[in-house]
Amino acid sequence: MTVLELALAKAPPTYQRVAVIAIAVLVLVLVVELVRRRRLMERYALVWLLAAAGLFVLGVWQGLLTTLATDVGIRSAPNALFALGFAFVVALLLSLTLVISRLSDQNKALAQRLALLADRLAELERERSER
Amino acid sequence: MSLSLQPRMSRHLAIVPALNEAGSIAQTVTEIRQYAEGFDVLVVDDGSLDDTAAIAAAAGARVISMPFTVGIGGAVQCGYLYARDNGYMVAVQVDGDGQHDPRDIGRLLAALHEDPPVEMATGSRFLGDQDGYRPSRARRAGIAVFAALVSLITGQRVTDATSGFRMSARRGIELFARDYPHDYPEVEAILLLHAHRLRVREVAVTMRARTSGRSTIARGVQPYYMAKVLFAVFVGLLRARPALERDRP
Repeated sequence: MTVLELALAKAPPTYQRVAVIAIAVLVLVLVVELVRRRRLMERYALVWLLAAAGLFVLGVWQGLLTTLATDVGIRSAPNALFALGFAFVVALLLSLTLVISRLSDQNKALAQRLALLADRLAELERERSER
Repeated sequence: MSLSLQPRMSRHLAIVPALNEAGSIAQTVTEIRQYAEGFDVLVVDDGSLDDTAAIAAAAGARVISMPFTVGIGGAVQCGYLYARDNGYMVAVQVDGDGQHDPRDIGRLLAALHEDPPVEMATGSRFLGDQDGYRPSRARRAGIAVFAALVSLITGQRVTDATSGFRMSARRGIELFARDYPHDYPEVEAILLLHAHRLRVREVAVTMRARTSGRSTIARGVQPYYMAKVLFAVFVGLLRARPALERDRP
């Protein structure tokens, strides 16, 4: 056993649970605050709220993680947590690149439209001043 | 907002995408006006930091300035949008760096209308005997791979799938205005035409070494170029055939 594992084993589970719940609440508050300041759009906040809620449930519901891990055949509960977290991050990254792709497409279309309209405007102004 | 069809001097347009080509753009514009009779010249300035736009305008081109650099695909597509909205029947792409010889534009136009008429004529560096500019060995290998791939997919011999010197008729203009790849568009554009059952013909041209500026396919991004285009070609094959235009069976 490593020192860390010893420390974790010795630490009363309550502390860990309190820590997990605290982190979940912190994420929740942070996300709500970012939405309130209009720095984060509701559309993108939902996924973070779900993650915080999941963390909260795992913290409150003792033994849920272990049960879930055993059910899918993962012997060590923390590994199940890592796998879950990793899957979440990957899914989030994929959705972000989707968003970026859509934005670049719209950005390009806007730039083209702007350039064409600016040209058209300049031409109209030329015509008007010639009259 | 309506972009009405304006009566123009000509129904033929030369689209010149340019990014920081202050050193060569005047010559390109002048040569097109001199050797390609009946072609209006449109320079699409893709967010240049130098005087490309002003020099091009002074040389007699119409200049459209992108608000920032959108990349060669977006800039060229902007030219096709302009051609579509202003009722041009033929549009030819000519690089602003002097690689493409405007003396060949007439031959591209002849090839476009040759029997049977095609929707796009491209200038090939590898058709016929060549004494002009030759790309490096690595670049030639990449070009050969794409030529073989495009030939295989289209069932037609294509010797230079990566040439940016190309002329489209009205249907090609409308297609490219709607749908054009973001970056490194040449190979995909040919396949796009093929997917719409529009025909392509190659014409032997001589390309010159660029007189200024730098290729967008610098040494470092060559593997990215290969991977991106190969992947795009592969996905393009999986994509459902794009809907044909209504007025075509």
